[in-house]
Amino acid sequence: MIQKPDPTQETLVLNMGPQHPSTHGVLRVVLHCDGEYVLDAEPVIGYGHRMHELIGEVRDHRGFYANVGRMDYGGALSFGHGHILAVERMLPDLEVPERAEYLRVITTELNRVASHLLWFGAFLLDLGAFTPILYSFDDREAILDLLEHVTGARLTFSYMRVGGVCADVDKDWCDGVLAFVKRMRDRIPMYHKLVSGNIIFRKRVEDVGLITRDMALKYGCTGPVIRGSGIPYDVRRSEPYSIYPELDFDIPTSERCDCMGRYDVRWAEIEQSLRIIEQAIAKLPEGPVMAEKVPKVIKAKGEVYQAVEAARGSLGYYIACDGSTSPYRMKIRVPSYSNLSILKELTRGILLSDLVAVMGSFDLVIPEIDR
Amino acid sequence: MLNYFKEIFVGIKSLLIGMKVTAFYGTKRTITAHYPFEKIPVTLNFRGHIDLVVTKKGYHKCITCGMCERACPSGCITLDSVKPEGAKKKKLTGYTLDFTKCSLCGNCVETCPTNAIKYSNDYYLVGTSRHDFHFDLLDRAMKAAEEMGIEWTEPVEKPKEPKEPQAEGGESPSPAGA
Repeated sequence: MIQKPDPTQETLVLNMGPQHPSTHGVLRVVLHCDGEYVLDAEPVIGYGHRMHELIGEVRDHRGFYANVGRMDYGGALSFGHGHILAVERMLPDLEVPERAEYLRVITTELNRVASHLLWFGAFLLDLGAFTPILYSFDDREAILDLLEHVTGARLTFSYMRVGGVCADVDKDWCDGVLAFVKRMRDRIPMYHKLVSGNIIFRKRVEDVGLITRDMALKYGCTGPVIRGSGIPYDVRRSEPYSIYPELDFDIPTSERCDCMGRYDVRWAEIEQSLRIIEQAIAKLPEGPVMAEKVPKVIKAKGEVYQAVEAARGSLGYYIACDGSTSPYRMKIRVPSYSNLSILKELTRGILLSDLVAVMGSFDLVIPEIDR
Repeated sequence: MLNYFKEIFVGIKSLLIGMKVTAFYGTKRTITAHYPFEKIPVTLNFRGHIDLVVTKKGYHKCITCGMCERACPSGCITLDSVKPEGAKKKKLTGYTLDFTKCSLCGNCVETCPTNAIKYSNDYYLVGTSRHDFHFDLLDRAMKAAEEMGIEWTEPVEKPKEPKEPQAEGGESPSPAGA
């Protein structure tokens, strides 16, 4: 419900979006401003609604492969991972080869690093710093080249399959991944020198957009937003799936609760993702990448909720099937939607320029919210 | 008062550290490719639109079963086939791909029983109308055979011998395998 402007008050109603560069897509925020101060910020969503859930209900399970990448263009592989894990849980006879699980995790973590690098560049663009995105895209291109070799795409991957993955990797690719991990580790101090310590950047993000623990819990925030408020909630640890229980990694948190906290968490997450990739490559078993007995027509039955940790937080697929070829109901719980809902309470009384910093620190992906 | 000056000092120092990084990378070689003048080679596993595989004998491997047509979630593929009188097998007369609807999920390639379709490497697709992306794959396969120097030859079906093995040459390409 959008508040009507009160003519007796000297407030300005300002439409931020739907075409605004710092809303990262077609998000509209109706602002009630008093001078430079935001009195009320009301996000209006739905401009990019593409009925992904309904498409999932009218198509068969395999027909949804292409849609997962269109919801979250930043981290398409984790969206695919959640979908196929949910379908596979309804097919008890299916045994997924271990190599396929490892490949899923390696590619998903590479995609997470790419997503965080994209966020890093876009966040600083919002704050008015142009150069850092060029550095982060340099590294991101290296990841996309690696992923293109195995998935065949650079952005909207459809790599995950029910029963495995669609393409195998060779030793050269694994060496390439390890070379990238080394390169990225060498580059991280450079990023911190360039941006993290920069006084202008710190003044813009420190103590801006304070999300307390209670607030984060109340709104159902997940991902780096809740971990930036000091709560170590990560689906990879709390509801382990795939091969994550076998891997050694930490859940980085920050007690700062502000935009800087979320920034720190994401950088620490990149480092943890690199650790995961390294371990998974070392443990990568030989064997097939596709299960032997995958039914030609998938007729799943039952209902299942499968949560995975996407780049932006907890992503859940609720799929109910009645034994026919397509799901009876598909509901997708996306992290950005809950993360955005906090905006109204969070931005009351802050400066307009800080609102941009807050929204940038959420790492919003609008097609994912509208879906 | 002391804090005030300390903050200024720390701030200027942080900016200088950042400038040092910029200066270091500023003197390095450019990493961007200047697109119209230089092109980045397309990786072999790049998933372009689909194409029919041309065998060594100069024919396609499609048996017009229609699996790809059914597997396609967006209905991009249209198969036309006729059954000539007296023949046992259907003959492919047209394979149309509507690439405007395709989202490159790869279901058609994976479901094909004879590995008759593959991904092309067409990276630089451009057209002035959407009809430019309605590909006639049979026509494209014939042109590809011509480029490869193979004559397009239809296998002659021997009518009287039962259990004849379908003459098929060429190695099956690995579907998008890395």
